[in-house]
Amino acid sequence: MSEGGAILFAGGTLIDPANDRHGAYDVLVEEGLVAAVGAPGSIGADAQRIDATGCWVVPGLIDMHVHLREPGYEYKETVATGTQSAVAGGFTAVACMANTKPVNDSAAVTEYILDRARESALARVHPIGAVSVGLAGRELAEIGEMYEAGVVAVSDDGMPIADGALMRRALEYTQLFGIPVIVHEEDPQLAGDGVMHEGRVCLHLGLKGMPSAAEEAMVARDLALLAQTGGKLHLAHLSTAGSIRLLRDARERGLPVTAEVTPHHFILTDEAVREYDTNAKMKPPLREQSDAEALVSALREGLIDVIATDHAPHHRDEKEIEFDLAAFGIVGLETALPLTLRLVRDHGLDPVTLVRAMSVNPARILGLDAGSLAVGRVADITLVDPDYVWTVQLEELRSKSKNSPFGGWEMRGAARTTMVGGRIVWSRGEQG
Amino acid sequence: MSGPVKPVRPPRVVVDGKGVERMLARMAHEIVERNPGVSDVVLVGIRSRGVDIATRLAKNIARIEGAELPLGVIDITLYRDDLSRSPQQPPEVKATDIRFPIDDSHVVLVDDVLYTGRTIRAALDALMDFGRPRSVQLAVLIDRGHRELPIRADYVGKNLPTAPTESVEVAILDRDGLDQVTIVEAVENGNR
Amino acid sequence: MTFNGNHLLGLEGMSRDEIEYLLDSADSFREISEREIKKVPTLRGKTVVGLFFESSTRTRTSFEIAAKRLSADFVSISGSTSSVSKGETLLDTARNVAAMRPDCLVMRHPRSGAPHFLARHVGCPVVNAGDGSHEHPTQALLDLLTIRGVRGRIAGLEVAIVGDVLHSRVTRSNVHALRTMGARVRLVGPPTLLPSALAEWGDIHHDLASGVRGVDVVMMLRLQRERQGANFLPTLDEYSRYFCLTREMLELAKPNAIVLHPGPINRGVEISSEVADGQASMILEQVANGVAVRMAILYLLAGRGRASVEQRQAV
Repeated sequence: MSEGGAILFAGGTLIDPANDRHGAYDVLVEEGLVAAVGAPGSIGADAQRIDATGCWVVPGLIDMHVHLREPGYEYKETVATGTQSAVAGGFTAVACMANTKPVNDSAAVTEYILDRARESALARVHPIGAVSVGLAGRELAEIGEMYEAGVVAVSDDGMPIADGALMRRALEYTQLFGIPVIVHEEDPQLAGDGVMHEGRVCLHLGLKGMPSAAEEAMVARDLALLAQTGGKLHLAHLSTAGSIRLLRDARERGLPVTAEVTPHHFILTDEAVREYDTNAKMKPPLREQSDAEALVSALREGLIDVIATDHAPHHRDEKEIEFDLAAFGIVGLETALPLTLRLVRDHGLDPVTLVRAMSVNPARILGLDAGSLAVGRVADITLVDPDYVWTVQLEELRSKSKNSPFGGWEMRGAARTTMVGGRIVWSRGEQG
Repeated sequence: MSGPVKPVRPPRVVVDGKGVERMLARMAHEIVERNPGVSDVVLVGIRSRGVDIATRLAKNIARIEGAELPLGVIDITLYRDDLSRSPQQPPEVKATDIRFPIDDSHVVLVDDVLYTGRTIRAALDALMDFGRPRSVQLAVLIDRGHRELPIRADYVGKNLPTAPTESVEVAILDRDGLDQVTIVEAVENGNR
Repeated sequence: MTFNGNHLLGLEGMSRDEIEYLLDSADSFREISEREIKKVPTLRGKTVVGLFFESSTRTRTSFEIAAKRLSADFVSISGSTSSVSKGETLLDTARNVAAMRPDCLVMRHPRSGAPHFLARHVGCPVVNAGDGSHEHPTQALLDLLTIRGVRGRIAGLEVAIVGDVLHSRVTRSNVHALRTMGARVRLVGPPTLLPSALAEWGDIHHDLASGVRGVDVVMMLRLQRERQGANFLPTLDEYSRYFCLTREMLELAKPNAIVLHPGPINRGVEISSEVADGQASMILEQVANGVAVRMAILYLLAGRGRASVEQRQAV
């Protein structure tokens, strides 16, 4: 780890969509800021030199949907371990959901999380506040107070907002602060006690299903509300082709909606559940091939703004049990980048779109000073080696929890260096 | 695990069709002699070729005595003493079929080759589960020696000295298309 | 042909030869139950442990009799007496039972996939005695054995499966096995209990009369009373009005058609007493065949040397 001094990323390919730069540039970092961007070899400085040959220099990746579990569930993850996992995956910032214990529905909890971040985080931590008190879906939380304390968005993620009137008020009230409402779209009655996508595989396995309509009905409701109220709506982890159709329609009508997708939803399908693998159990559930294909093409054309992981650590005791009883969710910070690079290699995803979806757009949606490598901006930088080949060993994940369906997968691509505010917080070469 | 049977020498025919026929005729006569009037005599063949031989003996006895003897079939698989010794899937079980009471009858147990005696031990146990015969007699086409249990045949078609590395194969007309006894020198475990 | 599995978790994916082999083996075991001394020494010294996390007097008794007729020791742990109710996880239970070195585990569990989980964590064969809404392989094998026994064949027969197809593990195992053996399957029930996506398993009929017309076999499913509360159907009365197999309905099937039911039957709900007790009913034949099927399975899985599974798992 290096501190303070000047660092030059030399010989790499800069992908900086915010400044329309994509090509061979050297980037100089001094005193925590981007000090110069220039043609290869043009920057003469007394700086530590990082050979970026064959790599991409990109604005630090931002994961706007993670569960850091602190406070309350430190046995699953902490701010410290979660951000270690983040920087190993190339993320310089994460936004953490409110379903902690106690719930982040007050300034006190927000401040606590930010304190913990100052003490122990390797990456920047941006708390997301609850929409409703205790995530109970009844009364609005003190959103203004939390906003003052530092939340960048509100969300009841994990608990769908069943009450349409509450959702309406949230969209209206957040306009005071200009922050988005992030929604986990799931009709709780339709989803019922389902444990996977309702489809062929589910019928074969005799498991209870969650129909696509459970998500789509809620997406439709919230888009209708948005058209009426205005505000900022961000649709978390969309998973079905039907949701994409609704999103497309809303975009064409000019509604202020943004949307995200997770790598597991575009890489895996419900076939992953076949052997009752509890690491293939999450909400929304893994859907069908046609859904995954719809997500990929929506990403490619920029209809979906963001790739986020929904990093959801769970202890092995919550996963090594009957499928019905296992917890929903998987960790994702350390596999998101290589899984997305698969789309670049095999499905025609433009690397520029990748950088938008993993840095520029989340920064814009959450109003962060990030996602740009213009001179004078904060030096949050990820050095991506798109060809680094490695195998996912679950026990070697930095996250405290190992609940990933990608154990044993051969990956191509990784973050070689992660820099936060000019300081190198992760370097794959040194760690072996 | 048994490897493929590797014949070291070509199989040797030791009894031909005529010979088998003669042996079966003589055995039938001996059974009739030893059990006058063949009253209360029943035949029980041990699967698979013991059944074929028992069927032939029954025909011969019918010709000699004019009596149709009850004929039963016994599958000894469930009584084998070597199931737990093998990591392989246990052998296929075929039905045992004895549709007559054996209590107080004279049972003639029939098999093709008498070797270690373990098959006969298993057959005796199986038989006892069906009742209490007055006597059990043993008829075999070939006695090849190498007994591991105190078992002796009452009717023997032919005593055939063999080496443990050899395998005796009996072919019976109805099943195999011809009557014949051959010796195959094999590396395979010859207990069949 | 052989049966090469280490476990019997389901019939999905099993080949025609394998199923045929299991049925032939089971056929051979039927005779033992007709003897005066209904016991063979085959599994002497072997221990079969039944883990019944869901009450099931019939299936448990059938497995117990099967094990005992093979001379195995049979110990049964039921949901209420086990430590499960004390909050022990399935993994802990599995490890504890495995430490007692059983030769075979028989598991009934209300959660789909639980036996698969168990099989991954113990070093001995596992027999699925019914998992959630997934599979119940020995039930389907005994159904097929019964059909084959009466009809002499399975291929080419037309079989209607009637009732709560959605939640039925009996259906899933039967659909896989019947189709593999060349039978034609019809699925009959209300749309709430018979999603249209199941059309890949057989012809879908929402009308009982058209569903049973001309079939060789009618397989009735037990209707769980709790479906009533969950709005899968309004009332049991209304269900029986449309889906109860009565004599009149049965007369629409082939003249010599047979009726199967996995039991226990709800008289007057899915089947009329007249049909359940009538000539076409094979219900008691099914029970007898159940013992033979379970003997065959225990023989094939517990009959080999114990080291075998551990060796295989080490590979």
